[in-house]
Amino acid sequence: MSKPEFIYVTYIETTPEKLWQALTDGDFTERYWFAHRAASDWNVGSNYHFTLDGEKRLEGKVLISDPPRKLAYSWNGCSEEVRRERTSRVTFDLEPRGTVVKLTMTHDDLDEAGVTFRGIAEGWPMVLASLKSFLENGQILDIPRPIAAKEAVSV
Amino acid sequence: MEMDDVFKALADASRRSLLDRLHARNGQTLNELCEGLAMTRQAVTKHLVILEEANLVTTYKQGREKLHYLNPVPIHQIGERWIRKFERGKLTALSELKRQLEKRDE
Repeated sequence: MSKPEFIYVTYIETTPEKLWQALTDGDFTERYWFAHRAASDWNVGSNYHFTLDGEKRLEGKVLISDPPRKLAYSWNGCSEEVRRERTSRVTFDLEPRGTVVKLTMTHDDLDEAGVTFRGIAEGWPMVLASLKSFLENGQILDIPRPIAAKEAVSV
Repeated sequence: MEMDDVFKALADASRRSLLDRLHARNGQTLNELCEGLAMTRQAVTKHLVILEEANLVTTYKQGREKLHYLNPVPIHQIGERWIRKFERGKLTALSELKRQLEKRDE
């Protein structure tokens, strides 16, 4: 097995159940994940997707679903520039540690020369920091959204 | 407080250079991290412990090897903490910033 490309860890003052909901419920993801809305029944083998203003941005299959402990899905970007890249894989491990939950996010099977690889190195740490703020304070960052999305909103 | 650990960990050039090395190539073993460095293996180990405690480096066991990964999430949390302050009212924040900057000039 090759080694994972990225491993991110954050400790969040919350419960594994709330964190699971934050990772899987579109009403929640929309608030901390650059306005991306998740949709799936999150059963193993089911499809999932993330939409931004109704447009599909990310899709794949649920690979592991063990609420509220472990979630893994395959990752395919839908935009023109990344759609031909290799399917990668994202895994979330949720471990309760007293009053906090240790969230470990692993992204592997990435194409190191690809656009997704560079995007992820910048994007995940922001999404995870935003997720932590959202669950701990109910506040989120006003992170600038992609220009196309802004235009879609203002129309 | 965890943010203190992050600031302390970052307040050292050797530790920042280890983070730079992981930024250039993620998932390195201790031996790989030591290569070409003017630091002893012992010093690198000591710095890695501090970086791990601050959650700036995370490790992954692959067989008998321990791989080190850069974890910039706490750095984003620092940014987020200050940016959120400004968000409470952009005008208030800007006038406060102006006041602080002008005070420094006095």
